[in-house]
Amino acid sequence: MTGYAFRRILVVFPVLWAVATITFLLMHAIPGGPFTQDKDIPEAIQQNLNQRYGLDKSLPEQYGLYLWNISHGDLGFSIQYDRDVTDVLSDSFFVTVQFGVMAILLALVVGLTLGTLSALNHNGPLDYLGVAFATLGASVPHFILATFLSIIFAVNLGWLKIVGWGGPPQPELFFDSAYWDWRKVIIPVIALAGLPAAYIARVTRAAMLEVLNQDYIRTARAKGLSETRVVFRHTVKNALIPVLTVVGPLSAALLTGSFILESMFLIPGVGRLFIDSIGRRDYSLIMGVTLLYTVIIIMANLVVDLMYAVVDPRIRYR
Amino acid sequence: MATITAAVEANPPGEVLEFRRQRGLWSDAWRRLIRNRLAVVGLVVLALVALIAVLGSDVWITGRYEATEIDRTTRQAGPSWDHWFGTDQLGRDLWARVLEGVRVSLQIGLGTQILVLITGVLVGAGAILGGKLADNLLMRLTDITFAFPDLLFIILIREILLRRDLPIVSSPKLLIIVAIAMVNWTIIARLVRGQMLSLTERDFVIAARALGATRTRVVFQHMLPNTLGPVIVAITFGIPHAIFAEAALGFVGFGVPPPDVSLGTLVASGYAFVNRNAWNVVFPAAAVAVLMLSFTFVGDGLRDALDPRTRGSKT
Repeated sequence: MTGYAFRRILVVFPVLWAVATITFLLMHAIPGGPFTQDKDIPEAIQQNLNQRYGLDKSLPEQYGLYLWNISHGDLGFSIQYDRDVTDVLSDSFFVTVQFGVMAILLALVVGLTLGTLSALNHNGPLDYLGVAFATLGASVPHFILATFLSIIFAVNLGWLKIVGWGGPPQPELFFDSAYWDWRKVIIPVIALAGLPAAYIARVTRAAMLEVLNQDYIRTARAKGLSETRVVFRHTVKNALIPVLTVVGPLSAALLTGSFILESMFLIPGVGRLFIDSIGRRDYSLIMGVTLLYTVIIIMANLVVDLMYAVVDPRIRYR
Repeated sequence: MATITAAVEANPPGEVLEFRRQRGLWSDAWRRLIRNRLAVVGLVVLALVALIAVLGSDVWITGRYEATEIDRTTRQAGPSWDHWFGTDQLGRDLWARVLEGVRVSLQIGLGTQILVLITGVLVGAGAILGGKLADNLLMRLTDITFAFPDLLFIILIREILLRRDLPIVSSPKLLIIVAIAMVNWTIIARLVRGQMLSLTERDFVIAARALGATRTRVVFQHMLPNTLGPVIVAITFGIPHAIFAEAALGFVGFGVPPPDVSLGTLVASGYAFVNRNAWNVVFPAAAVAVLMLSFTFVGDGLRDALDPRTRGSKT
């Protein structure tokens, strides 16, 4: 197991290097530079600016410098914010993480409950309701769900707000209630949680049904155990394994996929940073966001592979 | 082969096999698909949508207004007999604009999957054909593409390709198709390779090899047709995925540039005026939802119909 884990972790580094390189090349293939503006900047100033940010060096030199820096945890300097990229990213990443974690928690609660109820009520009305929810949730995009929620609860009823983020901007302020506004949080979180909730419900239902057909469940019932005990001690516990393995990639998808909603609700997270920096050609920031997202996705895939290896020993020997 | 064909021609199957009519894999799958109610609903909706999208401005239903026709006297109107879906901030008819958006979304969904299919099959089959080194290289390439956050990658590619006078991908629509396809081919490539790997030891492949068929012939004539089922399912699920990608990009301002419209840009421009006229969001948003739901229904149905193994787990 340790050998397998070690090998899997080693593979991460070449992939990261490849992604960094590709991002670097893509970035410099975009026409125009960060100082290409509508108005003409005098030649001397242009040169000064380029020199200041190292844009006057040759491409291989810039690439070497870039690799050297990121291998030391330095993602460069954001031209647009006049701050280190790591600083800008850590602030907005905190917001994105809050957003994502709330959504995945909501999705887990809703998905597990619905999936379990569906399975226990197999082919009954509750089951159909659960399946209908799972199908709808899996195919209606989050920003469509978000627009409908906004129209109903913010525009028409006026109960909730749809501009800005209701959570604290910095980790130190997390427990300060003055920085929380739940009315701003609810719609984005529900919209983001819709798809994972549907997916978790689907997986839970299938896993529960499979477990309920196992011999040991019949044995448990035959022993005269109460139905609650059968469901919670014997079924849910075993049905959770396949669910756990989908939570990893779903969390990664939530963290990296929330930028549409961030941009829609003006939530100051990483995704919105990316959208803004594309227009301004803030090279370092774009590369920083891409690398951050890639690390998240690779980590999630790694965790899933390792989990599978724990659950199913056959995988280790492939 | 020749003798079998001759025998079948001499005795039409209807007469010889009266006791049990033979069904092929595809007609069998089709019957299973037709029995799935949701899949039929999806098929019917998609057929209707395709019909409406194909009908041009010659027909009354679809050609009442031009999508770009500005009428400043009826701005931000709600649904009425004149304007079935109402009008937008410039007085353009929303029904005409949503139809145009659906057309663009369908083009993007289908166009992307055609490119994805070609690239995915070539990479997947190439990995099988090209020996160990090629397999390794192609699969690492697939891994790296897979590790990229897909929407970010599409935005980057779009930025690079846009505003360049490229010879073939000159239209922004085609450019978005290429950008989305460049991210999504990995699924098909992995699927084709995995399926083919599992086929290499099957009797009919060994038989073909024993008969002296070349590697290329074995891969394309014997293995490829047997990977079709899962590939068709994946492609069907790929269409709503591409429609979502385009709509999401259009929504945050990275879709087709105006005056072209797509469902994503329509939802975005409607959302900007959501306080004044919510209909401008409701109709395009509903169109996205209906399109994606229909494709998902058909995809679910196809999966159950084409892959008997997954059917058991769904009960």
